[in-house]
Amino acid sequence: MAGAGGGGCPAGANDLQWCFSQVKGAIDEDVAEADIISTVEFNYSGDLLATGDKGGRVVIFQREQENKSRPHSRGEYNVYSTFQSHEPEFDYLKSLEIEEKINKIRWLPQQNAAQFLLSTNDKTIKLWKISERDKRAEGYNLKDEDGRLRDPFRITALRVPILKPMDLMVEASPRRIFANAHTYHINSISVNSDHETYLSADDLRINLWHLEITDRSFNIVDMKPANMEELTEVITAAEFHPHQCNVFVHSSSKGTTRLCDMRSSALCDTHSKFFEEPEDPSSRSFFSEIISSISDVKFSHSGRYMMTRDYLSVKVWDLNMESRPVETHQVHEYLRSKLCSLYENDCIFDKFECCWSGSDSAIMTGSYNNFFRMFDRNTRRDVTLEASRENSKPRASLKPRKVCTGAKRKRDEISVDSLDFSKKILHTAWHPAGNVIAVAATNNLYIFQDKVN
Amino acid sequence: MMLSKGLKRKREEEEEEKEALAVDAWWLDPSHPAVAQAPPAVASSSLFDLSVLKLHHSLRQSEPDLRHLVLVVNTLRRIQASMVPTASLPPVPSVPAAPGMADNLLASSDAALSASMASLLEDLSHIEGLSQAPQPLADEGPPGRPTGGAPPGLGALDLLGPATGCLLDDGLEGLFEDIDTSMYDSELWAPASEGLKPGPEDGPVKEQAPELDEAELDYLMDVLVGTQALERPPGPGR
Repeated sequence: MAGAGGGGCPAGANDLQWCFSQVKGAIDEDVAEADIISTVEFNYSGDLLATGDKGGRVVIFQREQENKSRPHSRGEYNVYSTFQSHEPEFDYLKSLEIEEKINKIRWLPQQNAAQFLLSTNDKTIKLWKISERDKRAEGYNLKDEDGRLRDPFRITALRVPILKPMDLMVEASPRRIFANAHTYHINSISVNSDHETYLSADDLRINLWHLEITDRSFNIVDMKPANMEELTEVITAAEFHPHQCNVFVHSSSKGTTRLCDMRSSALCDTHSKFFEEPEDPSSRSFFSEIISSISDVKFSHSGRYMMTRDYLSVKVWDLNMESRPVETHQVHEYLRSKLCSLYENDCIFDKFECCWSGSDSAIMTGSYNNFFRMFDRNTRRDVTLEASRENSKPRASLKPRKVCTGAKRKRDEISVDSLDFSKKILHTAWHPAGNVIAVAATNNLYIFQDKVN
Repeated sequence: MMLSKGLKRKREEEEEEKEALAVDAWWLDPSHPAVAQAPPAVASSSLFDLSVLKLHHSLRQSEPDLRHLVLVVNTLRRIQASMVPTASLPPVPSVPAAPGMADNLLASSDAALSASMASLLEDLSHIEGLSQAPQPLADEGPPGRPTGGAPPGLGALDLLGPATGCLLDDGLEGLFEDIDTSMYDSELWAPASEGLKPGPEDGPVKEQAPELDEAELDYLMDVLVGTQALERPPGPGR
């Protein structure tokens, strides 16, 4: 679909025109379970983009530098490194298999030539070092070029090995393994702004780690009741504040978010702030709690706001106001009348993530039918776009999509009943500085860029 | 069971589903006049059944998704509450009897449900007790509650050490239930002497072989009671 899309919002200074850039992954309809992407994350500079999949693999893409001889490849992401982060494990004590699926990847800020990231499955977090090697030493004394040891008696002279250039090799090696601290399934990891510690959260507990220490972690939140029969609420996500290293938030299955300050108490079972919007009595149903369950929580880059994603909406909260959000954006309100069938097929339990643009002026989240939604906080405009192979001509603009709820369907609209609920966009990421977005659609990774870019 | 584009389900399934959803989902339809102002009053039994089905399915998993489980349980409680409007349902299995034809089913399934929920949630807590590594000593002084990093394989052995507080006696009992100790029980002690009646009344010695000299028995009793007192109070059987 080449050319500017018709029927969408008129172009303005604030409007971004998203264009298809690249798609990674297999084309065939038969999707291997292991290839399903389970997490997507840009690093701090945005030059690297990491994905994790159900097969426990991590693939890192690197953005190409500006190159006058190949102008079309400017800003393209190509494979930089691929490695197996987690393998399936068997817990013999419980007779349970531990899935190798990568639940989250979080990058560490770059401190030297190497890159570091944390990747986690349900039980174990690993710190990976990704380093480049573009030189090798030649002229060893004790071994010859093949690597075979030389007979020391044959050595008559000594030489200094010299460094020679070689084809770039990117190596990934596990530097730390943080294991055995979670009884329940890990859903979040978050690196602290002190760059020395990080938190990991499972369904009932949150632990604090030091990046250098693997045999010990500190439990800072424990929601496990004394009697498991009394369990009514679980932790769904957690994140450190981007600037205040003593502050973190965690969200729950009951639609509440707690902000905790580690300075006020070592054990953060009680919160400093409690964010909850009172339920609207007119829309109450048996599914109210399920749809209020928060699937993701993210601080804005500024640290002034945070965003929570529940089943039907995204809410932006001012950290200074606990009583209600400052903004509520409807993602797919047309699903409200379908909650019963969505409960039946378990779609109502899907966990969608959300993300901020680099400047915090826009937010993005996924939906069904490979649709994803963007909300511009300044212009108050929103748009629905689709990640599909059909709309994937190089640099083609994405045409806004519309879901029709009534009986009269307009020409380019799609009716609610025709939505494909197996095509869900749960994971999206926004470049920290520019207008580049990465959208994971099952086993494919789509990269879209702003035309102006 | 995803609703995928273009997937044609069998006609019978579809009919069933439509019936279940169309007829009973009226309260969710925002345009329905009865619903416009009032929140849903009573759930249909099919929604209840569906939830029970989901709960059992969730509990049958080797490692249930806790979030899914908790949400289904809470939803089920809401549905239950709406179906028995006059009684307030406590979280424990005992549900006061309510009039109505579906309530026999409700009461029995509820009791069974609550019992199975309770026992399975309890199992989860046992599982946790078994695999949780022992807490490091308090005098290490770090903030928060330090959690151990010992490998899970040591978990079972650690249970035999000093009580960590998270273990229940039942957990220990459960551990050894399937170990057959009959071989050890009979061989260890003296061969049968005729005419000796099995005498012991006290718990720990109850299962010893009956062919024991009374004096020997007294001696053994003292030894056992002495060592048992150190570990835990004598309980029935092992």
